[in-house]
Amino acid sequence: MSRVASRTRDSRSPARSVALHLTLIAASIVSVFPVAWLVLTSLKPRQVIETASVGIFEQPTLANYTQVLGQTKFLTWAANSVIVSLATAVLGVLLSATTGYAVSRFRFPGFRSVMWMLLITQMFPVAILIVPIYNLMAGLGLINQFPGLVVAYLTSTVPFCAWMMKGYFDTVPVTIDEAGRVDGLTPFGTFWRLILPLAKPGLAVAAFYSFLTAWAEVAYATAFMTGDERYTLAVGLSQFVGQHKAEWGLLTAASVLIAIPAAAVFLLVQRHLVTGLTAGATKA
Amino acid sequence: MTTDVVGRRRAAPHSGARRFLSRHWYAWAMTAPVVVVTLVLVGYPLLRGVYLSLTDATEANMGRTIGMNVIPSTYEFVGLANYADILTSSTFVSRLTWTVVWTIVCVALHVGIGLGMAMLLNRPMRLRSLYRVLLVLPWAVPAFVSAFIWRYLLNGEFGVVNAMLRAAGFGGISWLDDPLWAKVSVIACNVWLGVPFMMLALLGGLQAIPRELHEAAEVDGATPWQRFRHITLPGLRPVSSTVVLLGTIWTFNQFPVIFLLTKGGPGGATEILVTYAYRQAFEGIRDYSGSAAWGMVILALLVVLAGVYRRALKRQGEAW
Repeated sequence: MSRVASRTRDSRSPARSVALHLTLIAASIVSVFPVAWLVLTSLKPRQVIETASVGIFEQPTLANYTQVLGQTKFLTWAANSVIVSLATAVLGVLLSATTGYAVSRFRFPGFRSVMWMLLITQMFPVAILIVPIYNLMAGLGLINQFPGLVVAYLTSTVPFCAWMMKGYFDTVPVTIDEAGRVDGLTPFGTFWRLILPLAKPGLAVAAFYSFLTAWAEVAYATAFMTGDERYTLAVGLSQFVGQHKAEWGLLTAASVLIAIPAAAVFLLVQRHLVTGLTAGATKA
Repeated sequence: MTTDVVGRRRAAPHSGARRFLSRHWYAWAMTAPVVVVTLVLVGYPLLRGVYLSLTDATEANMGRTIGMNVIPSTYEFVGLANYADILTSSTFVSRLTWTVVWTIVCVALHVGIGLGMAMLLNRPMRLRSLYRVLLVLPWAVPAFVSAFIWRYLLNGEFGVVNAMLRAAGFGGISWLDDPLWAKVSVIACNVWLGVPFMMLALLGGLQAIPRELHEAAEVDGATPWQRFRHITLPGLRPVSSTVVLLGTIWTFNQFPVIFLLTKGGPGGATEILVTYAYRQAFEGIRDYSGSAAWGMVILALLVVLAGVYRRALKRQGEAW
């Protein structure tokens, strides 16, 4: 492998090698610049931001950060986001794990209907369900309550998790199931004692993806959360750049505080995410 | 579909029915949680949405409770009037046209750029993993944060893009306030967001193509273009058909980018179907019935897409 690799590297002329690296460097700059500029801007004091200077470091200060953490509800919103996203992820995975296994292994009457249901409900955009769910939640008094928001998120994460886990269970060899059945386990016992422990990475990815979905959701959160004690981060951030005033310093500092941990975790697991999303395809 | 099978089996002798039950009850029990949750959380609201779309419900005539007073609903059944309004309105045509343009342009750029980057990364070179991490970064940032980043970058007064243009001697562009430039802006932001996923997915697909195929073609004197056309593209098809459809659905439903970057403005220029339906229900006088009807129209469009998707899966041998 490495011999082949070194041969191809040698076979590339210097000019082409330079062109390749220049293209990749240019692409990397486009990809990194917005984030880098965000970080740099968050370190500038307000008066510098409002002069629209293109300087990289000007009077660097952490004032924006101390103000975001000390004088806004940022930490409350972050806690709200974590509560809602965790609840969504845990419930989503718990409810959908058995279904993912069943549609991966069994061909039963109703199988096609279940698959159709999973496929169609995952593509339901927010516009279809938000009005009726809003009205129902209003009737139940769940507007501006976390459970209402979690229920709204479950409508999309449950079918999505089931779909994703089907893809993961498909990669677990059926021979393991057969061995379990020969040894006298029930189908559920096979799932619980043999397959589920093997599928932990798949469960983690599905949970993480549900977490991300809830974490970054804007529409339901904006419509359902009416009091600023209950805002999630996605709603709260808009408060910094309203119609009449724009606190770009606070916005950028808050964005950095949200983006850095999210990006760090994300980069660690992204390989698994891609595999999960395209599992159906790569297998076939 | 289901009832067919069940009905046919039910006609079988008694022992057959019992065997049938004992063979399948595990599968049914295991799918039950999702089926029940979906019926309650999606099915019931969906039916209610259909019903609302056939009424004239707005914020004003919706039943509500204020303190101790319960105000009953006074909205009425109006049949298909909302649908007739939508399908005959010029808003529908213009929003649909823009949504289609938006979806096609974004997905084409996602896949085109993503494939280009994947092919550059799919060769041995120095710093490869560094490039990979840098290029994936836009996907790692939550979408709503990215929308705010771009809103700041493109801001007419303080934005760095205009600052650079001015420093280079050009005039600034009012990116988010001019209808055409606003469209360019939302597409640029969404392309920036969406390329990394395509790149990684297609890179996975490229790596699954056996190297021997390329080597054999090279020995036989195939040009790079011929190898791309006859080995790379066919080899990618399983992955690319999936990601194109996923990308289409995601872009069609892309709410945060439009809503947070331009709010659909200026003057509705960047409003896609999904954000339009949302703003009808939750801004100004809340038009619940109109928004519900828009939702159903969107659903109809998506069902067509789902049919296409399923057919693509079927062609790959997923038989259901």
